[in-house]
This record gives sequence, structure tokens and C-alpha cells, in this order.
Amino acid sequence: MEETIEILQQYLLSSLVDTFYMVSVATVIGVLFGTIIGLGLFLTNHEYFYKQPLINQISGFIVNAIRSLPFLILLVVLLVPITWLIKDPYTPTGGAIALSIAAIPFYARIAEGAFSEVNAGVIEAAVAAGGNTALIVKDVLIPESLPALIRGVVLTIISLLGYSAMVGTIGAGGIGDLAIQFGYNRYETGVLIAVIVILVIIVQLIQWAGDRLANHFVK
Amino acid sequence: MSTIEVKNLSVDFQTPKQTISAVKNVSFKVEAGEIFGIVGLSGAGKSTLVRTLNLLQQPTEGQILIDGKEITGLKGAELRKVRQKIGMIFQHFNLIENRTIFQNIEFSLKASGYPKEKRQERIDELLSLVDLRDKKDAYPNNLSGGQKQRVGIARALANNPEILLCDEATSALDVETTEEILKILEKINREMGLTIIFITHELEVAKRLFHRMAVMENGLIVELGNTFDIFANPQKEITRKLVGRFFNLAIPEEMTPTLANGKLLELRYQGGHTLDPLISEVSKTYDVFISIIHGKIEYIRNDMIGILLVYVTGSESQLEQAVQKLEQNVYSLRDLRQ
Ligand SMILES: Nc1ncnc2c1ncn2[C@@H]1O[C@H](COP(=O)(O)OP(=O)(O)O)[C@@H](O)[C@H]1O
Ligand SMILES: [Mg+2]
Repeated sequence: MEETIEILQQYLLSSLVDTFYMVSVATVIGVLFGTIIGLGLFLTNHEYFYKQPLINQISGFIVNAIRSLPFLILLVVLLVPITWLIKDPYTPTGGAIALSIAAIPFYARIAEGAFSEVNAGVIEAAVAAGGNTALIVKDVLIPESLPALIRGVVLTIISLLGYSAMVGTIGAGGIGDLAIQFGYNRYETGVLIAVIVILVIIVQLIQWAGDRLANHFVK
Repeated sequence: MSTIEVKNLSVDFQTPKQTISAVKNVSFKVEAGEIFGIVGLSGAGKSTLVRTLNLLQQPTEGQILIDGKEITGLKGAELRKVRQKIGMIFQHFNLIENRTIFQNIEFSLKASGYPKEKRQERIDELLSLVDLRDKKDAYPNNLSGGQKQRVGIARALANNPEILLCDEATSALDVETTEEILKILEKINREMGLTIIFITHELEVAKRLFHRMAVMENGLIVELGNTFDIFANPQKEITRKLVGRFFNLAIPEEMTPTLANGKLLELRYQGGHTLDPLISEVSKTYDVFISIIHGKIEYIRNDMIGILLVYVTGSESQLEQAVQKLEQNVYSLRDLRQ
């Protein structure tokens, strides 16, 4: 018990900071590029915009290919390319890069889905009004899909939290790393339980805040 | 004031299994300031046809001319300019749900590059026109169907279009709300000279609103004429069916055996008059007996039309002459047994 508290005092905060760092970097990058790619997928598949079946299918294939890799395998594959960017991949920054690569196609599909769910009649009315694509994206597509996009961000964050534990296994730090190093390798069940409790609380909080924010944009 | 003309227009849809010809070689011209209607059963191709008029749907063949200028083939900025001058309203209103009424109308103004500082004033003007000034900051979901359609109209009129396309614009509304929308459409037609093309499967709307109308079936325009003529004297089978159903003069099945011997006739006549003198004259002159089974009077725009179902018995030669005499004195006579 005493040992558990000692371990937690020493490592918990820095682990949380590492996790927070990795997940937030990956979320920002994933949502940013994912939205752009998702929008591209939507627009190249829509008769009123830039219907380009070939481009759409090729990009869709790449997105699916990355998504179909289990994260652990993607992580292993990415280790070498990450060393081209930073010296040591076994760090929180290395983890953040790997998570970002996973987050982009993940969110791209969510964004594409959210845009596709927008009522076709509303888009038709906007086209009939003579609006150009940029205006329709900004004033119709985004506001109408915003609640779904926000729910997608929540889903992404929660998935990334899960993935970040795997990043921990290669030694990139974070709360998952803490659980495995002490809870698993050193039989510190107390540490394991503490990590579980913290993760559950964080996920609940994110879900709650995300739902509230999403509902705020439903009019 | 704009005319719109459609020449030899066809639209095919390629589906994996087959090619669907939704519109087949359709031609017609709508005059400036006219309210022109297209009626037909569901699936007849009405929506496809009206969506070609602002090129939401590219025609497979044929031309569309607005004020004599061809718009088929226009692209990009030129096409958007044309669309800004053609308003459109929809069955399900199609408002941006997460934007206020103000923002919904503003969208059209942004589309045309209307100066920002003048938008407020223009939107107030449009909302006054449809009597919704107090709903400026409301969201569509807090409005009734009729109010949503009025926003739709305001949005469609934002850029002072010359043409308004209406696709089943009242089909989701109840009778009273429909009337309210029709009044607004008549008003803007009268006061702004807007050319209106209105599609519907409801003949109730047709008789009330249309100056001229076309009847569509299986992608073809099978009949086109003055609204009154179409109602008074429909030529094609489908038109007769639609109009007949609208007048609702079906005879109960149980009654037909009792009417087996003579002729069952449907007469359409000028509703301002009465047929009593004609009927007594015919039954006196010829040796026939006429009984009236059903009758009603309907307003078709500003004219009245009377419909009478009569059952005539007598000897064959007398019957024939009586029918002839009746036919000469009404808009149309139809033997319901044929
Ligand atoms: N995008 C489409 N792809 C394939 N078939 C279509 C499409 N749009 C309409 N159709 C078909 O064209 C025909 C006419 O449809 P529509 O114009 O909607 O008729 P209406 O408006 O008179 O009910 C129908 O058979 C319909 O199934
Ligand atoms: Mg339709």
C-alpha cells in the first residue's frame, strides 16, 4: 500500500501529462487533417460539387488501408519513419506522431460520415440559391454537421486514450505505460486499479462535456 | 418578367440494372408573368423536369431557354448567376436547421455577393413580405410548416428572381396553410410579375392557382392547356382519371346494377347556369326519362364549372338523340360506361 502511494506520487502526474500531451496533439492533428480529408472525400463523391470517382476511390482506399491496420502494427511500422523526424521514437513525441497518423484516417471517415448525413434537400436548396462550394461548406455543411463532428471528436479522443496505452508499451510514457510497468510487470495491483479509476473518470468527463457541447449546436 | 422555354428535353438515369427515362422529349413554353402548373401522379417525372430548369439536374438531351437565351451547358460562376435569378421552394422547405431564419435568408444574399451593410434591411423587407418579422432570430425547428414555407419563399425571393420554381411546395401542408401559401404566391405573381412554375399532384391546388397547366405521365407531357379547359374537358385518360377523382363523382358499386338499363352520363357545364331547363327540354322533346344522381359546382380559378351525373332511359333511337342534344349544350359529355 505504502509502496503503491509512493509510486503514484512519483510517477502519476508526469504520466498523466505525457498522456495528455500525446492525446491532445494527436486529436488536434487528427481532427484538422481528418476534417480536410473527410471533406475531400465527400466533395469528390457528390454530383453538385467535384465528382471525381477515381480520386475519391484512391483516397478512400488509402484511408481504409491505414484504418485496417491494428494500431500496434501501425506503431511498429511507423517506428522507422519516426526516427527520420525525431532522434528517439520511444518518447511522448514519438508516441504523439504515431497517434496522429492513426487519428487522421479515423477522423476522416467520421467527418465524411457527418457530411453525408446532412439533409440532401438542404444542400440542394443551397446549390439552387447559387451559392459556391466554399460558401455551402462554411454556411451549410459545417453548421449542419457540427453536432456529429463534435461527437466524432469525443469518439476519437477516447479511442486515442486507448491507443496511448499501447504507445506506452514501447516505452513512450503515459498513463498506460505506468499501468504496465508497475501494475503488470511488478504486480502492483494498487497502481493498476488507480489507473483504471482515473481512465474511467476521464472518459466519462470527456463524454459528458462532448455531449453537452454537441447538443448546444443542435437547434 | 421572364419566359422559360423547354425544347425536346429528355432526362435518362443510368442505374446498374437499367436506364430510366424520367423525362421524354418534353417541350413547352411558359410566358412571362404566368403561373404554370405541372400535375401528374407520383413518379411521372415532375420533379426531375423542374430540377432541370435550374440545372440541378443536367438534361440528357434538349435545351432550356430563359428569355430566349440558352442556359443548358452553363457552368461555374455563370450558372450560379442564373440560379440566383431563379428562386426555388420545396415540399420539405429545406431550411438550414442549425441557422436562424435571418441566417437562412442571408445565405442567398451571400451567394449573390449582396453588400453586407444592406443585408439587414433587405432581410427585414423580405420577412415583412411573408409576415414573419418577429421570427428573425428563431430557428426553423421552432416554426410551423406554414411558417417554414414562408421563410422558404423569403429566401427564394432574396435576389429578386424573375422565375420561381415550386416543387410540391404545399404538399406537406394542411388545407388552410396551403391556402395561405397560395395567397402569397398569387400576390408575388401579381405584384412582382414573377413567372411561377408549380409542380403538384394535388388538383385542389391546380384549380386554385394555375393559369395554364400540363399533365405528365411516364415522363411525357400528355396534355397542356388552360386550367379551366383541362378541368372542363379533359382529353386524355390520365387527365380524366385525375380530374374525375378530384370531382369525386364515383358511383357506389352497389348502385350500378340498378342503373343497368340506360345510359350513365357525366355532364360538365358552365357552373353559373343551371341545367334544369335543358334537362326538362330534353326529356319533353324526346321520349326519355332523366334522373339526376349527383351534382356539384366547383370554382376553377375565377370560373365556375358544374358537374352532373344523370341516368337516362328510353328507347335506343330516342336515347341517342337525347344524348346528342345534351352534348351540344354542355362543355363535355362522357358516357361512364365506355
Ligand atoms: N437520381 C435518380 N436516379 C435514378 N432514378 C431516378 C432519379 N431521380 C428520379 N428517378 C426516377 O425517375 C422517375 C421520375 O421521378 P420524379 O421526377 O421524382 O417523379 P415525380 O416528381 O413526378 O414524382 C421515377 O421513376 C424515379 O424513380
Ligand atoms: Mg416529385
